Amino acid sequence: MSSRQSTRPDYFRVFLTFARNSLVRDMMFRTNFLIEAITSLSWAIMNVGFYWIVFEHTPSIGQDTGWGKYEFFVFLGTTWIINALVQAFFMPNCEEFSEMIRTGALDFALLKPIDTQFLVSFRKVHWSSLSNLLLGIGLLVLSLQELAHRPVQPWRLSASVCLLYPLYILCGVAILYSLMTCLAATSVWLGRNQTLYDFWFYITNFSRYPMEIYRRGWGIPLWFVFTFIIPVLLVVNVPARILAQPVSGKSGSEWPLAAFTVLAAAGSVLASRWVFRRALAAYRSASS
Amino acid sequence: MGTVTLPTKASIWWTIYRTALAERLAYRGDFALGTLMRFLPIITQIFLWWAIFDAAGGGAVGSTRLAGYSFHDMVAYYLLSMLGRAFSSMPGLASTVSKQIREGEINRYLIQPIDMIGFLLLGRVAHKTAYYAIAIGPFALVFFLCGNYFPAWPEVDVWVGMFLALVFAFLLGFFLDLCIGLIGFWFLEVSSLLFVYMLLNFFLSGHMFPLDLLPPFWRQAVGYLPFQYLAYFPAAIYLGKIPADQLWYHLGIEACWLVAVIAAARVLYARGLKRYSGFGG
Repeated sequence: MSSRQSTRPDYFRVFLTFARNSLVRDMMFRTNFLIEAITSLSWAIMNVGFYWIVFEHTPSIGQDTGWGKYEFFVFLGTTWIINALVQAFFMPNCEEFSEMIRTGALDFALLKPIDTQFLVSFRKVHWSSLSNLLLGIGLLVLSLQELAHRPVQPWRLSASVCLLYPLYILCGVAILYSLMTCLAATSVWLGRNQTLYDFWFYITNFSRYPMEIYRRGWGIPLWFVFTFIIPVLLVVNVPARILAQPVSGKSGSEWPLAAFTVLAAAGSVLASRWVFRRALAAYRSASS
Repeated sequence: MGTVTLPTKASIWWTIYRTALAERLAYRGDFALGTLMRFLPIITQIFLWWAIFDAAGGGAVGSTRLAGYSFHDMVAYYLLSMLGRAFSSMPGLASTVSKQIREGEINRYLIQPIDMIGFLLLGRVAHKTAYYAIAIGPFALVFFLCGNYFPAWPEVDVWVGMFLALVFAFLLGFFLDLCIGLIGFWFLEVSSLLFVYMLLNFFLSGHMFPLDLLPPFWRQAVGYLPFQYLAYFPAAIYLGKIPADQLWYHLGIEACWLVAVIAAARVLYARGLKRYSGFGG
């Protein structure tokens, strides 16, 4: 604390330390690691099995949406990748955040000479969730191979896709992270929020399907809310569409939507920061 | 404990039931909200299947049938399978049993004149009664809102068959979960086994999709397992997927499964107690 300069921490190195500590901890329970990998594999097989059966009965999900079997498996793989990243990096931390608010342990985080939202958001890495990431990448590779070998309009990898896909994956993760942080921060006002975690599950449930399916009948209001107000529909849809159907320019609304996604991601992070600050301001320790 | 008379026994069981019921009713607000939320994924299912029927029938959603199901049948199926699950799912049963074995809590059943399986069953009956008393509100609301997805009001024997199927589903679900929990006598850690069992159950019971969508070979194979009675069977009865002359035959098979699983639970419990040693108090 002698000079001002030394008080500014190197955020990246702090994160690496967190990640290493978590890995050391996870490696202490190796069997557990293996079991989680097996269970996520069985969940994955069941998911693919369900859609495999669905595509035995239909050529695509929705007419002229372009979500045929392997395009949809690209979508599914993208869902797993994004969820794996959220679960590995943010889920355990957000759970702990609301617990810290409840027990008053947040005091210790507030005392540390580092940004509190950073500290609270990145403290733990749940490494075993990354097995889903590998499964997602595996599914992507297999389905893209199928798409590349189809006779009509075979899929080709382009440089822009290589660049845009990871970018939009990050946007999706940012949107989900912000939503989760906001929900966890409400513990300050609501105390225990078990129902809010159910709420999280039910809201993200909407993001797991192509957004075209909501664009009819009474789905339009849902589509509007979950695209523009709580933008969970953009999370998987935009990157998956970029990767699976890079050439199909059927509807001209794709590029505006892609541009909007970047804005939505930035806006969500700012909103989460605002909610987080408000929560800290309203926080009063739990002890005495 | 041969001296305990039947009326005394009955009053013991009644007290257990009442206590468990009161305990459950304490959280009714959480219950009602939780039940209503559980219907939210149905919304995405409706739109998903709407899109699937749309693509499968080339735009003619109304006249398209997949494996004998119309779009309306499909939505009704998902709602009815939730009703089946409301009877057959036993949240926390297997994990509680294995935990009680691991931590020696079952000692109390060994020294008190109460049968563990009977005690747990009554606790569940009370849990379910409390749950239905609260959940009937959200269920009625959702079924009313989705009323036009349901086929015409069925005949009386369909109602009777469905009622029996739901009661059997409850018992079958209870004893299947109990068996998994009793494996805790042999393995200290059953939570991963439990998770895989839950996944299989979700898939094979027809909770995830109507089993009739499966390719013929797999449909037949799944038919030889007891899981279909937990969600698929009651819904299928209501939707007229089970021919009237086969209804009682299927209920008979379900009853056989039930007897087999009860026997299995009893054997596991008796064998497990022989291995078990309780310490302390």
